[in-house]
Amino acid sequence: MNDANKLLRASEQIGTSKKQIPSGIDVPSEKQFSLPSELPNVLPIQSIEQECSDIKTFYFRYKMNFKPGQFVMVWIPRLDEKPFTISYHNEDSFGISVQEKGRFTKALFAMKPGDKVGFRGPYGNSFKLFDSVSDSAKTIVIGGGCGAAPIAPLIDALSVNKKSAPKVIIGARSKANLIYAKRFPDSTFVTDDGSFGKKAFTTDALNELLQSGFKPDMVYTCGPEIMMKKVVDICIENDIPCQASLERYMKCGFGVCGQCVCGKKRVCIDGPVFEKEELVKISDFGKFTRQKTGEKTPI
Amino acid sequence: MNELKINLCGISMKNPLILASGILGVSNEYFKTLEENGAGAVVIKSISREPRSGHPNPVILAYEAGLMNAVGYSNPGLDIAKEEFSKITVKIPVIASIIGSEPKDFEYMAKNFLHDGFAAVEIPLSCPHTPGFGTLAGQGTPQATTAITKAVRKHTKLPIIVKLSPNIDSIGTVAQAAEKAGADAISACNTLGPGMVINIETAKPFLDFKVGGVSGPALRPIAVRCVYDIFKSVKIPIIGIGGVTTGRDAIEMMMAGASAVGLGTAVYYRGVGVFNKIAEEMSDWLKENNYTNVSEIIGVAHE
Repeated sequence: MNDANKLLRASEQIGTSKKQIPSGIDVPSEKQFSLPSELPNVLPIQSIEQECSDIKTFYFRYKMNFKPGQFVMVWIPRLDEKPFTISYHNEDSFGISVQEKGRFTKALFAMKPGDKVGFRGPYGNSFKLFDSVSDSAKTIVIGGGCGAAPIAPLIDALSVNKKSAPKVIIGARSKANLIYAKRFPDSTFVTDDGSFGKKAFTTDALNELLQSGFKPDMVYTCGPEIMMKKVVDICIENDIPCQASLERYMKCGFGVCGQCVCGKKRVCIDGPVFEKEELVKISDFGKFTRQKTGEKTPI
Repeated sequence: MNELKINLCGISMKNPLILASGILGVSNEYFKTLEENGAGAVVIKSISREPRSGHPNPVILAYEAGLMNAVGYSNPGLDIAKEEFSKITVKIPVIASIIGSEPKDFEYMAKNFLHDGFAAVEIPLSCPHTPGFGTLAGQGTPQATTAITKAVRKHTKLPIIVKLSPNIDSIGTVAQAAEKAGADAISACNTLGPGMVINIETAKPFLDFKVGGVSGPALRPIAVRCVYDIFKSVKIPIIGIGGVTTGRDAIEMMMAGASAVGLGTAVYYRGVGVFNKIAEEMSDWLKENNYTNVSEIIGVAHE
């Protein structure tokens, strides 16, 4: 799919807004008069759930046309706007799982149900899924830290029934930072300090699974980029297809500002999900990120 | 597509479509992507002496008639940018863009940043949303334009492109000042305004800087008029920028007097492949209308 179609598709998912090439705008009838735009929807927080010591999920009632892996730009007026992946999604609501890190997330953590935040999106591509249920059963999904958030709706989508459930590995520094243990109880859990599940890295769990003779058709991953780089390297060694979801500082979210440029790609619109074949060509992958000034710094 | 080949103040280009400054121009490696997608030339994102974080997010929004931005000249600063662009690794012409508050800042940047690998240098004297720069620093007057252009001229032999604001009442006069001071081309125009979009649910302006420069379709008729006025006032070539999204828009801009056309917001509407798409549309139109080269249409709206 080319960029324009992708953009068109992304914009079609933003409720009423429908973007077209300006010279071809069909003026809507007066009754439903609304020209295409991509301004935020402001929604009240429905409920808040503490996932672990430093991660909360914020739920919103909104029908969002969303595919696993996509993200939204979350706006707190007069403060900032940041990208977050959707971690819960159903027919009429969605949730974002947020780790308390800086000024923006601290402000979000101070909010209560009923407080309002703005959303643009969803943006970006999505994880590529298999058409048949039996194929999903031969997938491995790996989430590290709050990288478990973007892969959670993917696990839901792959787990149409028990038979199709993927093998899931969820890892974190320690029990206090690990999320979704109750949501995905059949997962393999690992922590750096052994406080929950096995004392191991997610890559150890992946290697173990592969050594046990399990031959996956696809490995999906999201987490710290160093971890994802190792996962991709393991997949290259074992000739397994792989998709990883990248994170970069973002500004526009729709492919024009250049802030999230990563090698020859833009993470916001060409990604955030990239396949192994693309990742090996992205010179910055696992090595460099880009600061607010545009300066490239080591990961 | 020989019919699209042009020469802009000594720079030969495979087509007249230039990536406008501020859009995606952050690295040599990404220029490769733009080259593959048909850009005739690219302008880098403007560089200042010191690193700048720019304004806090949101810095850009898409409303129903285009984009509005208050990026605030975020850039890694001279030292890091110098390293990134010390060697140009694409075949298409790469145009530098330098900014400053005073003529001496431009002088410093010209002296320390520019080199022969660049095809030209653009000096935007027209940003509407960054305190200390552009129109907010009074750079849009004939006097300031003269002083800054002369300051840059002292330290470079590269063609100088002066980028003007559509907000100027008599844009032709400022263009003349640039021409007299040694400019080789005019870019017209920068974003318009600034404008403001308020989110009515929160009763707050959406952009953190509250106001931003307007680009895209809303700007196009104004940009076309600016180019038309400048064409009457100067002999140096004009790069027409403002809302060009289709081949027909580009043709219109050139008929007003532009020798080349800048694209920015078009990337939002049609993706990074927009250069090839517009080139093809221009090419088809020229053939249908019996033109052998695109330069034949420059300024024909004045006849």
